[in-house]
Amino acid sequence: MITVKDLNKYFGDLHVLKNIHMDVARGEVVVVIGPSGSGKTTLLRTLNILETPEEGEITIGKQSMDFSKPLKKKQIVEFRKQTGMVFQNHNLFPHFTALENVMEGPVTVQKISKAKARERAKDILTKVGLGEKLDAYPHQLSGGQQQRVGIARALATGVEVILFDEPTSALDPELVGDVLDVMKELAEEGMTMVVVTHEMSFAEEVADRVIFMDQGKVVEEGTPEQIFQQTKEPRTQQFLNRIRK
Amino acid sequence: MKMYLSNIFTDPEMEKYIDIIVSSFLPLVKGAFYYTIPLTLITFAIGLVLAVITALMRLSNMKVLQWIARVYVSIIRGTPLLVQLFIIFFGLPSVGVTINPLYSAIIGFSLNMGAYNSEIIRAAILSIPKGQWEASHSIGMTNLQALRRVVLPQATRVSIPPLSNSFIGLIKDTSLASTITYTEMFRKAQEIAATNYHFLLVYTEAAVIYWIICIGLSFVQDRVENRLDQYVAK
Repeated sequence: MITVKDLNKYFGDLHVLKNIHMDVARGEVVVVIGPSGSGKTTLLRTLNILETPEEGEITIGKQSMDFSKPLKKKQIVEFRKQTGMVFQNHNLFPHFTALENVMEGPVTVQKISKAKARERAKDILTKVGLGEKLDAYPHQLSGGQQQRVGIARALATGVEVILFDEPTSALDPELVGDVLDVMKELAEEGMTMVVVTHEMSFAEEVADRVIFMDQGKVVEEGTPEQIFQQTKEPRTQQFLNRIRK
Repeated sequence: MKMYLSNIFTDPEMEKYIDIIVSSFLPLVKGAFYYTIPLTLITFAIGLVLAVITALMRLSNMKVLQWIARVYVSIIRGTPLLVQLFIIFFGLPSVGVTINPLYSAIIGFSLNMGAYNSEIIRAAILSIPKGQWEASHSIGMTNLQALRRVVLPQATRVSIPPLSNSFIGLIKDTSLASTITYTEMFRKAQEIAATNYHFLLVYTEAAVIYWIICIGLSFVQDRVENRLDQYVAK
């Protein structure tokens, strides 16, 4: 589903992604962990080109992006349509209700009729447990509810891949569970997911594969068991020790 | 003292002043409603369109557009409005371009509003968090779609207070149109004062009418702001 080859990204002199290779199969849940500044969020953001890498190639579905060549705007827009994204601080549209937030992609981007989009948006919001909050504006919702609207918005255009950028990091601890439950449900339904998170329990329980990154490199990857119980790399061990304290 | 008060309305001097105020009131209000306010509304509307276009040119990636916008704003902001009006009305005829007072005023004030308001709109667009663009892009929007559906509606709310400010400024600036022979409210006041020589009285009266219009506008501004409050990220 996703193939990343020889990806390099610089912020000025800072080499933030160093020769990244990554494969994600259809229906696979990949969790990316690592200390802050390891490049994990940047990697995720390159997958829908919110960050443009300087070198390398990303293939999602049938579309390939070769970053050594100049990219056309249209090409980028088309490429992004294959993935949905859930942001750390949700980035909901404050001037739209929950329902309108979810309808926006189908109506404006896919040109689906409003009536149809409304029905679909209602279904999705009901699925994430917000059937009662359709007409609420984002500021009237709790952090966990906002993030679930964010997930619903990402799902609304019928994407096959969803990217999660630390979806629970900005939430009060008691609200994290609701969001993780929705994500688990998606995983069980076979959604392809790439998740950057600090929730190790989620990684252990839901991930098919865990990638540990440090200093812009993939240090170790494997099943949750391989990473959490049979850790090979000392740097991974060090990181895990620190967060398990 | 008591004597004076009881005589105040029968005193012939006083009676004359009241007469002047009353008789000039209607022509002044007419001047405001037929000329000052329509001129303000038209030029503000045209200016707003110019301002949005100019702001978008400034924010575009194309260097040429950026520079056209920069030069336009720089010239308009760097020269007095009165001089601009004189160039349009008194200057252009010498190169064969004669524009009547009304159109001269519309052109001059619109260009002015366009330049000043473009900075307001540019700032408002830039004040919308980057995450709003990213979220729009992440659901597949183009830049234009993100601008139209997500960024501009929010920027509108942000720009209402400064735009109201420039609208109020414009109402008062339209008095400058009197200098290019456009008969708006202040020109009316000048005409009346020129016949009765009561400059203080008539000009003060005009000032009060400007003030009342602006008070009304501040009231409208509050209502609009309240209505658009939902458009701000909280």
